[in-house]
Amino acid sequence: MNNHYNHNGRRWYGYGLPYVKEKPLPGHLIVIESTDGVGRSTQIELLRPWLELEGFAVSNTGWTRSPLLSATINEAKAGHQLTVTTFSLLYAADFADRLEHEILPALQAGFIVIADRYMYTAFARNTVMGADPAWSRELFQMALIPDLVFYLDIEVETLVPRVVQGKGMDYWESGMHLALDTDIFESFKRYQRRIIEEYKRMVDEFGFITINARGSIDEIQTELRRHILDHLRTARGLKENASPEDEFE
Amino acid sequence: MSSNNENGFETGVGVNSDPAAEIGHAGAHRAISDSLAKQSLLKSPHPFPGRLIAVEGIDGSGKSTQLQLLARWLRARGYPVHFTEWNSSRLVRNAMRRGKRKNLLTPTTFSLLHAVDFADRFTYQILPPLKGGMIVLADRYVYTAFARDVARGVHPGWVRSVYNFALRPDLTIYFRVPIEVSLERLLAGRAKLKYHEAGMDVGLSVEPVESFRLFQSRVLEIYDELTLEYGLRIIQATGEIPNQQRVIRKMVQEVLRGYDRQPASGDDEQSLQP
Repeated sequence: MNNHYNHNGRRWYGYGLPYVKEKPLPGHLIVIESTDGVGRSTQIELLRPWLELEGFAVSNTGWTRSPLLSATINEAKAGHQLTVTTFSLLYAADFADRLEHEILPALQAGFIVIADRYMYTAFARNTVMGADPAWSRELFQMALIPDLVFYLDIEVETLVPRVVQGKGMDYWESGMHLALDTDIFESFKRYQRRIIEEYKRMVDEFGFITINARGSIDEIQTELRRHILDHLRTARGLKENASPEDEFE
Repeated sequence: MSSNNENGFETGVGVNSDPAAEIGHAGAHRAISDSLAKQSLLKSPHPFPGRLIAVEGIDGSGKSTQLQLLARWLRARGYPVHFTEWNSSRLVRNAMRRGKRKNLLTPTTFSLLHAVDFADRFTYQILPPLKGGMIVLADRYVYTAFARDVARGVHPGWVRSVYNFALRPDLTIYFRVPIEVSLERLLAGRAKLKYHEAGMDVGLSVEPVESFRLFQSRVLEIYDELTLEYGLRIIQATGEIPNQQRVIRKMVQEVLRGYDRQPASGDDEQSLQP
């Protein structure tokens, strides 16, 4: 019961954090992955109040938002001095900082942690930038295995009009740092196509739950909630001494 | 590091025999096998015309002093020298300062920030001069991470993976010194030991000098193992400074055998100043 029940005893992706004492993690880690412009944040904003109504405390964490490194990453991006290696290492450092200071404490306290992107974002981006995929994965051996990983699936053709009509194409999301094309529109398509390819490869490697992101916001949300409820019910069912009135509806 | 995404991908880290791979989505995360034995650039000579010479050892071992003397000697003999020092890149300076001051660093982030520093210097300060036929002098190299970060508690296999892009130096000299000697030198030079240098973050003792003893003893033990694993050359760092320098210059001469001396390109003096 103290173990993360659904991992067959395995909690960590690799070596974990050898210097940290293993503690029970009664919370749940739910990850939402997708490329840019798919509506990930909107979905997360909708999940939170729903879960809170169901009686769960919710904590959010987002990519490159660590207090230790977010400023450094932004500065470095502005200065164009990053290489694929330093990029990858900075992502890993940002992730480790949030893992140890936000995610693990929240899970210990029994929160549902919703992660807006997780290590898979690094795997996709690093690989597209030219890093060895095996090396990228090794960097993240400290990672906790999430309970659920949703992949919001969309193809470039559907993505392009959404982004153009939405917040527009930015330098990094268009992969301009890779010099794929001098035209930002073309570069965006080529870069995002490659990123999406990498995500698709990871569906089996990591057992993502693929959600069709071409649907409406409501459709996607319903789908997410269905999977999350299933998971939470199973988790409750597996707990010892779970009383019937614990069932939530 | 391979830039070939297509081919690189198939050689991933999956271990298919993992029983967890059978159950459900979360179980699909295949275990990463111990990558210690994997092809390591640190185990074979680099192909470039320059020379890479590194010094290693705990604080107060005298390695920096000896490296400066070596640099003077090499430059006086007309060799093009480039000097680079651990934890000196501007890229992570602010994060490192903030992390240390506010005590935000964990063993893992401490390790990764130093890896960013190293990777940045490797790209801009080590590789190009090495390719251009210069003599690169490195004050600390990846072995510092292998020793210190593991003493802080990270997995030895993980930290080796992190640095798997690093090239093997032509010569790495390890300055072996007893704890008491290093302590004496440090305390004579400045009144207080630095927080992380003393390993205070590890929590072995609340008393800095005692913490330094305990933490750096661990580091020394690991260094001894590293000398075997990576063939580091040992200097007994308790000897007279000129005697040590004589031994070092002899080691360097061996490494310079066959070196195709490039014309010393202009004024490289400033690269020696930290």
